[in-house]
This record gives sequence, structure tokens and C-alpha cells, in this order.
Amino acid sequence: MSAVVRLRDVHKSYGAVEVLKGVSFEVASGEVVAVIGRSGSGKSTALRCINRLERIQSGMIEVCGRRVDDAALDLRALRQEVGIVFQSYNLFPHLTIEQNITLAPRRVKRMAQREARELAAEMLAKVGLSEKIDAYPEQLSGGQQQRVAIARSLAMSPRVMLFDEVTSALDPHLTGEVLRVMEALAKGGMTMIVVTHEMGFARRAANRVIFMHMGRVWETGPSSILSNPQTPELKDFMANEL
Amino acid sequence: MGGLSLNYFLYLLQGMGWTVALTLLAFALGGLAGFLVMLARISPVPAVSRATAAYVQVIQGIPVLVILFIVYFGLGILEIDVPPLVAAGLSLTAYTSAFLGEIWRGAVEAVPRTQMEAAECLALTRWQALRDVILPQAVRIATPPTVGFLVQVLKSTSLASVVGFVELTRAAQVINNSTFQPFLIFGTAGLMYFVLCYPLSLWSRTLERRLNVGRR
Repeated sequence: MSAVVRLRDVHKSYGAVEVLKGVSFEVASGEVVAVIGRSGSGKSTALRCINRLERIQSGMIEVCGRRVDDAALDLRALRQEVGIVFQSYNLFPHLTIEQNITLAPRRVKRMAQREARELAAEMLAKVGLSEKIDAYPEQLSGGQQQRVAIARSLAMSPRVMLFDEVTSALDPHLTGEVLRVMEALAKGGMTMIVVTHEMGFARRAANRVIFMHMGRVWETGPSSILSNPQTPELKDFMANEL
Repeated sequence: MGGLSLNYFLYLLQGMGWTVALTLLAFALGGLAGFLVMLARISPVPAVSRATAAYVQVIQGIPVLVILFIVYFGLGILEIDVPPLVAAGLSLTAYTSAFLGEIWRGAVEAVPRTQMEAAECLALTRWQALRDVILPQAVRIATPPTVGFLVQVLKSTSLASVVGFVELTRAAQVINNSTFQPFLIFGTAGLMYFVLCYPLSLWSRTLERRLNVGRR
């Protein structure tokens, strides 16, 4: 299996505060990796560095053979390979669900309108929201909006999907419907890096868990490490999760 | 004595027409220039953004009347013949561009930053993101203050009277010079300004209310 995402000794600071203190990991094609850790452990920052929403100070990041840390990187080419879903959905409120999904395929891939609408319908079927194609985001619940955000990302057929605490703004009931979509995606072979607080998801869907602590990869392994942590920090973290 | 004769009233109406024309001219050209000011102000190139900020500061820091004198008399000294309409149009365009540029920049920056982030993460170019995602949302935010500012532009056109452009205020002065009924003449002129401005103010307020309802 070839690595789709590769981080080596990544350092990232905001001013004097070092958030990532030498992070290294790899994600293979088709792998689902759950990144867990406390707030401020650097897990979201690490994720945002992968599609260069944040620049790093030193180290190496490679995605689908592209050097993300290279200043000459073709950013738009990178972002066609990497989809990202945010905690706050970030749908475009002035556009219908269809327009939200088809905007990028039409502008970036020059897809014809009819073809794009079919694509939108197909993506919405995947997230179970076919009937909402002509609605506006504000007419949808948080969980539905997040599923549309996933569909919007999928419409660009990315090779990797990043999820940044996508259920943290949702109540437990709505969390479930989003996680089910993500689990189906995982079963379908999508390469996924999921920053999450949902240990249930990590157990069920992740091939591998990365526990981050104080800007470092503290412990990593199959999801069984959640039940059998090796470091006192992960033990402590898991104890607080229950 | 006696009231305002029909001829004088028609003369005032004609002046009112020029006031509207000058307003529309300044608003159209100033809006166009203001759009460029806004784009330059949000430019990721610091030099462009800073140079435009300086332009805005200079224009906003000088009374429109002084700008008008600079254009009208200043260019006159350089032996460039500037008709009053052109001088007034240019000055008000500069004034409008600086203020609308800032109003619109504020509106663009009021759109959550995450919208641009989401658009760029979908591989849209900065320009595509601006056109399809940011500007449509900014227009909604910017419309009430823009209409409100239109009232300011309309009232500022009265300054063109000092360089002899016969808009509403100048027309009133001309009539008053022969009839000596300042209260009646300028009162009528004032009423005409009010008739133009008040509906705009109402419209601006309605738009604002609608926007707030939309945002909940």
C-alpha cells in the first residue's frame, strides 16, 4: 500500500507558541485514521496543514506525491485531491443545496450544468438527502447541513477526505446520522483522516488511531489501543472520555 | 410680492433635474471606481492595499468643496479648461469612490472568513470565490448603507453651485438674486431636496430591516 499522506517532523508555531513539535505519520490509500486528543493537542492544526490551510515552519508534508511544504505548490491541484469538511459546515447560505454541490465541479472542472445536477443528485443520494436538492442551507438541520458539506466535498472526487471535528457542533441524535454517512464512506474505500471526539466512531470505523498530546504523536496503533492504552496520557484521556 | 411664478418653479424643477443627473453620474462613476477601490483594499498584495488606503484617507480627509476647487481652479491654472459639470462630476466621483470603497470593503469583510476558506478548499480560485461566494453575500450586507450614502451624494451635489453649475441650489440662488424672497425660494428648493432624499432614506431603512430579518 502506498502512502497518500505523509508527514515528517512537522513543526508549526503561532508566534512564540509551538503547536506542532515534530509530527510524523503516514496514511495509506484506503486507510481510515482517527486522530484523537485533547483540545489544544494540535490535532486540528495538523489536519489543516495537510491541505495547506496553515503553513508549516519546518518538516515535510506530502499528499499524493505533491510536496505541500513547497512554496511553488499548485494549491488548486492539491485541493482537487484533498476534500475537507469543517466543524461549522460552511455551506454557502445564498446558494441552494444543488448549487452548493455543483459550484466547484462547474467552475473548476468546467462541468456542464445538467451533468453537474446529476452529480449533485448522486452525491446527495449517498448522504441520504436526495429530497433536499432545491432547499437552502438554512432550511436544513445541522446534521443535514453537515451531510451536504460531505456531499459537496465528494463531488470533487478527492483522493483523501479530511474531517475536522465534524460532529462537535451537533447534538447526539444528529451526530449519529453524520457518523453513519462517514462509516459508509469508510467502507467504500475512501482514504480518510478524521479528527474526532467520537470514540465510538474511532472504534468502529478506524483502521488506526493516532493519539496526539502536546503537539506530538503520543501513541498510535489499531483502535484496540483505546481499550488498552500504553501511555499514561492516553489512559488518562480515555478515562475522561467515559 | 406674490408667490413663486410658474417660470421660476419650472426653472427650479430643471435645476432639480440636473441635481438628479449629477447624482447619477457621480454614483455610477464613483460606484465603478469604488468597486475598484474595494478590490484593491482587499488585495493580498500589501502595496496595492496600502496605496489605496492612502487614497481613501486623503479623499475622506478633504472637504468635497476643496476637492472641487482643486479640480476646477487648479486644473484651470494648468490651462486645462474644465467645464463646471466635469469638475463637479470628477470631484463627486472621487468622494463617492472613497466612501463606497470603504463601505463595500466592510461588507466583504463582514462575510465570515470561513466562507472564503471553504471556497478555496474546493479548489476555486480567489477570483471565483469572490465572485460566486463572497460578493453575493456582501451585496446583501452593503445595500442598505449604499442607498443611505446615495442621500449624502445627492445633497453634496449642491456644492457644484459654487463653480456655477446650475443644479437645484444654483437655480435657487439665481432666482433669489432677482426676486429677493430667500425664505420662499430656498424653502422650495429644500423641499425638493427632501422629496428626493426622504424616499431613499425610507428605502434604505426597509432594506436594513429586511436584511436583519433574513439573518434572524
